[in-house]
Amino acid sequence: MSAVDVTERPSAPAPSALRTFLGRRAALMPTFAAVAIFVSLLIGAQLYFGNFVTPVNMSSLLLDNAFLLILAVGMTFVIVTGGIDLSVGSVLALTGILCAKLLSEGFSPVLVVPVTILVGAAVGLVIGILVQYFEVQPFIASLAGLFLARGLAFVVSLDSIRIEHSGVLWLQSTRFQLGRWYITPTGLLALAVVFVGAFVMLFTRFGRTVYALGGNEQSARLMGLNVARTKVLVYVISGTCGGLAGLVLTAYSGAGYPRNGIGTELDVIAAVVIGGTLLSGGTGYVLGSMIGVFVYGTIKTVISFQGAEQSWTRIIIGLLLLVFIAVQRVIVFRSERRR
Amino acid sequence: MTRILKHRQFWPAACLVALLVINTLARPQFIKVSVRDGELYGAPIDILRQSAPLMLVALGMTLVIATRGIDLSVGAVMAISGAVSLTIIDGSTTPGSVSTVLLAMSAGVGLALLLGVWNGFLVAVAKIQPIIATLVLMLAGRGVALLITGGFITTVNSSPLKFVASGYILWLPFAFIISVVVIAVVALFERRTALGMLTEAVGINPEASRLAGVRSIGIVFGAYVVSATLAGVAGIIYSSNIMAADANAAGELIELYAILAVVLGGTSLLGGKFSIAGTVLGVLIIQTLNSTILFLGVPSAEAPVFFAVVVILVVLIQSPRVHQWARHLFRRTPSEVTQPRAESEKVAV
Repeated sequence: MSAVDVTERPSAPAPSALRTFLGRRAALMPTFAAVAIFVSLLIGAQLYFGNFVTPVNMSSLLLDNAFLLILAVGMTFVIVTGGIDLSVGSVLALTGILCAKLLSEGFSPVLVVPVTILVGAAVGLVIGILVQYFEVQPFIASLAGLFLARGLAFVVSLDSIRIEHSGVLWLQSTRFQLGRWYITPTGLLALAVVFVGAFVMLFTRFGRTVYALGGNEQSARLMGLNVARTKVLVYVISGTCGGLAGLVLTAYSGAGYPRNGIGTELDVIAAVVIGGTLLSGGTGYVLGSMIGVFVYGTIKTVISFQGAEQSWTRIIIGLLLLVFIAVQRVIVFRSERRR
Repeated sequence: MTRILKHRQFWPAACLVALLVINTLARPQFIKVSVRDGELYGAPIDILRQSAPLMLVALGMTLVIATRGIDLSVGAVMAISGAVSLTIIDGSTTPGSVSTVLLAMSAGVGLALLLGVWNGFLVAVAKIQPIIATLVLMLAGRGVALLITGGFITTVNSSPLKFVASGYILWLPFAFIISVVVIAVVALFERRTALGMLTEAVGINPEASRLAGVRSIGIVFGAYVVSATLAGVAGIIYSSNIMAADANAAGELIELYAILAVVLGGTSLLGGKFSIAGTVLGVLIIQTLNSTILFLGVPSAEAPVFFAVVVILVVLIQSPRVHQWARHLFRRTPSEVTQPRAESEKVAV
């Protein structure tokens, strides 16, 4: 696969300025690799199909994956602290079906939308409290969240519920056009979440605490950082993103469905890892996760262009994940040797 | 009495007994087991029979978790093994012959073993985090299973295959006999040889055990191979139960239920000490809870809520903070000052 050549490029002999840059910014390398793969995927697909990189196609790449993008932002926060959140797929389903159910019973979106997002945040809060105050491992705590949200989604409704309300459908049906490029409010929402997430992560005290916590929790505590609050908050953020994503997916598909998002948490984790975030915590970028989601989305589009079975998507994502963990493994190994 | 209370399996066992009692009180015919045509019938027998796939997967998971790992790929391995076996049976001219079915099953289990070697290589040799190493196969595996079955649900008509999940030997369901044999073999190797102790050593402190001369690579490698092989067998039992290979539904969420069973049985996800009896209890609790929920008339789709409540209760019981609170509560009665502390130390182990 061409991906291998691309990822190996940084280790090839390079001018010394570049090498110093890479040496200092080793954490950025997996993200660079993700960008390189994304670009080469686009170029490859364009050369192969001839009409791949079109405004319509690129616009729909963002819109089709808007909910994944929002989930990936929340997941990045959690993974950078060294945790994991398995509940996002179920939270997506729960908030989506809840939103559809409340709307169908005649509640106003002004009330429904905040409730939807708060329910997501509440699931995150439960997980965060279990992790921080009861010292439950994130894997198990978010597993409880997964079961809870999935079961509650079926309690809300066993079947899918169509959305009739024009206010929520507006999120998806409105198109702001610029030439042949277009974007819907859901797309704008996803981009806004990404940029707010990236800003918070890089330029706020909270964001730096998230990195410190992932680097070494003990040191972070000794430095006087508020570890407890940060740790609970990252799960709340992830849950909130789950709620937002549920809203976006419901608007996108025009219906709430309690079986939505089974296995989505794994797609999201894969996208975040491909985007250059280390699962051991401490390193990762929200913008990298965005690229990871785009890589995922592009592979999906390429496969549907090709007319092949969609089951190939997951096989290729699995292989790509393997390439990336190999790359990360090399980086970690190198930085350990340097010490 | 306190010795019984302090036993590691006390709480899981109490939980299982409580579930059984509640069921029996709610419908007295629950506990009744009758013999018909030399075969045992009844709800407890059904629970034992249906628990076989989860039992196998959870036993493998116990070994993996004991080495500080986790195997997320078991559901995908189940799907692949079922898909391969049933595709072979479906393609053969004699789907009803025992030799065809045996060949198909060994192909399925053999492939599962190879997938275990792959996982073991990534974790033990390449030193990749277990959760992400097995995530690769979890994502890709189901896709592979879908490709094998061509995206369809392959149904077969083969009596030897049907026997695996529905047959009886000596009044007992064959699937239950498989799980008893596997429990016995695993317990024999782990508890009657040094293997179990070495596994715990690797899980408790990989570095120290390496310095002490334990060949940790082989032990970790072996755990993943066993886990995948057992998942392969579980996949065949699952397909035999529905007489079809369903690449999407086979083993869906089973990795999570298996991890839950292991944790319910008192094995910590942090690795180290593990308990085979605890895992067996954990699996039976899950299966009994499942049939209780069905009996209550709750749609099975809503069952996860109950599991969430159980998981949260169990982790709260095990959490240090709750122990602290409990200790404060007990302190008020002066006669029990020393006793609860001893108990909490026991649990901390």
